[in-house]
Amino acid sequence: MPVKLTLEMVIFAALAGAAALAAVGVVAFRNATRSALCLVFNFFVLGFLYFSLQVEMLGITQVVVYTGAIMVLFIFVIMLLNLGSSHLLAEKFDGKKPVGIFFGIALAVLLSSQIVPMFARTESKPLVYPLGDSKVVGQTLFTSYVFPFEAVSFLLLVGIVGSILLAKRRMS
Amino acid sequence: MQDVLAAFGRAILLILPIFGPVPVIIWWERRLLSWMQDRIGPNRTGNITFSRNSRMIPSFLKGKKIKLFGLLQSIADGIKLFLKEDIMPSKTDKLLFIVAPFIALFVSFTLGATVPFSGDLRFTPVADVNIGLLYVLAISSLGAYGLVLAGYSSNNKYSLIGGLRASAQLISYELAMGVSLASIVMMSGSLKLTDIVNQQQNTPLYNLNFAPFTLIANWNILSPMGFVSGIVFFICMLAETNRPPFDLPEAENELVAGYHTEYSTKRWALFMMAEYMAMFVFSMIWFTIFMGGYHLLPVRSEFLDGIEQKVGFLLGPLTMMLKGAFGLSVYIWVRATFPRLRYDQLMNLGWKFLLPLSVGNLMITASWIFANRVYGNAVGWGVVCIGYAILGIVWLRTRRKKQDEKQFGSRSIDMVVSSVRFSSPEIAAVADATEGL
Amino acid sequence: MNGVPLSAYLGLSMFMFSTGVIGVIIRRNPIVIFMCIELMLNAVNLAFLSFARYKFATAEGSLESAMGGPMFVIFVMAVAAAEVAVGLGIIMAIFRLRENIDVDELNLLKG
Repeated sequence: MPVKLTLEMVIFAALAGAAALAAVGVVAFRNATRSALCLVFNFFVLGFLYFSLQVEMLGITQVVVYTGAIMVLFIFVIMLLNLGSSHLLAEKFDGKKPVGIFFGIALAVLLSSQIVPMFARTESKPLVYPLGDSKVVGQTLFTSYVFPFEAVSFLLLVGIVGSILLAKRRMS
Repeated sequence: MQDVLAAFGRAILLILPIFGPVPVIIWWERRLLSWMQDRIGPNRTGNITFSRNSRMIPSFLKGKKIKLFGLLQSIADGIKLFLKEDIMPSKTDKLLFIVAPFIALFVSFTLGATVPFSGDLRFTPVADVNIGLLYVLAISSLGAYGLVLAGYSSNNKYSLIGGLRASAQLISYELAMGVSLASIVMMSGSLKLTDIVNQQQNTPLYNLNFAPFTLIANWNILSPMGFVSGIVFFICMLAETNRPPFDLPEAENELVAGYHTEYSTKRWALFMMAEYMAMFVFSMIWFTIFMGGYHLLPVRSEFLDGIEQKVGFLLGPLTMMLKGAFGLSVYIWVRATFPRLRYDQLMNLGWKFLLPLSVGNLMITASWIFANRVYGNAVGWGVVCIGYAILGIVWLRTRRKKQDEKQFGSRSIDMVVSSVRFSSPEIAAVADATEGL
Repeated sequence: MNGVPLSAYLGLSMFMFSTGVIGVIIRRNPIVIFMCIELMLNAVNLAFLSFARYKFATAEGSLESAMGGPMFVIFVMAVAAAEVAVGLGIIMAIFRLRENIDVDELNLLKG
């Protein structure tokens, strides 16, 4: 299959390489803070990949929700637990690791050998339906998907109540 | 290739008006603050007095004084900071220690990329994307990382507590900020900042099409909903930039200097520059969203529009700089006026006052838009009055109840203190000492 | 993206997913395991969006089918946020109870 080198391909390669490296870093770093930072970087780059797919609304939501809120929470908790006891989160070696890595690579090979060749020729055609337009996203969310939307809002409410209960100190 | 070069050019056009004024901003803060505190402040650096009898000096300069009112003070400070010995404490996480100030700087530089500086779209904004407002929220939420990483990597408990406070504070105030912006988005019907500016200037006040109202532009701050969300956004803005009275991450009488305790020289200067640039950009963003952006006056007239079309590319940036400077002065005024909040007060203000207020404001905005469209103008404003009355009554009721209750500290900080105490006995002593934190 | 085939995005998505799986298996720190789960969720999100862009948002699709991907991504994000809030609360609670959060040593229910 002839591959033409375009500017878009170079940009994609840079973004995808950064995302993949950061993903490896999440697993490979022993220090939990560095893992978290790699994940932050991965999510940030993923936002740009969403931009490259012309889903701007979701790309920016990715940055707001994941890097801006969820990962700050992660880092907050890591630091809270790390405070004064840095040995706590250190990792030890055990026999599970090679087996786990083997299974992970096997999964990757299996998945990609089945799916990647199928879509190797699927080029991007011009965008007809504006996926990333905030108006279209909002309209779809509040018309066709209003029931799941309400269900998710209820889930979030339950989540808030649950986390407050968990964080509350026991009454003595 | 040309597109890439154009993108670089636009990025530089953004960085210049943000990075350029930093020395002036610092000088202005020190001078204004000292004027408010009845001091003099830096007023000497940069003054030149030419000798009266040296031959090297041309005759028209002999004995003349050039006064710069201390304007060069921050440049002198900068030179000093960049020439000092670079100290990095032992057992720091070196990579993160170096990266942290750059993250803060990155956030400040990129924050204003969607802010329009003039009606002439050839030059600004850098990227006129149709999610400009969300972009501002997204980038400002990244600001926590610089502070948290600085606190973590310094290997110092005061720094760490400062970083923790920064992350908790940013998460808390982000919410109220987002919700307060949501009502502006509902009123202007767009997330694009140029659209928000144009919508403010091109519609008559309150959308009323008769005599006195058609002359005045519909700036968001002039409507009650916009006013409330403007106030909420301003308070959240103070908290996001870690300025007094919300400067708990660097509270110097509790935490030495908070997250930048271990930072010195260039790296500390980078933090300071990032903070001042973030202040400047945030005030410009505030004026863009609430007070007409690059338009100087809330007046709609053919004459002014004509002027704007002729010299808009000059007038717009000048207006934005002026508005940014005014916002900065308010920042400094607030710093000189209010004492620092206690941690539980900070959390209470964010979660129990600003968030409910902005959610209530959002509901009122929604019902105003609905009533306006369906039943007409008069009913719409009636709904607004009733809405604010209900909001006020609820606030008064809850306030009276709160006074009867015994006051408890905030949960989150109890959590911090208890886990600190849990993890090691030495730190327990520190935690006891900083009980009020 | 002109010239980038769909399989490039899918390959990246699969790589991230497998990395997340490996992380869940080999790491013993519950916070890192949690982060790997987030990584897997995001890999799936990327696959959703690339399919929506390449297969359904073009001339042969329809608006209804094209919006399926973005909608799912929004719901995944919301669920992930709720999950993180509760999950980190649980980790904090375990830490306060046991002073130890190694998942291999949390075997109280083993009998």
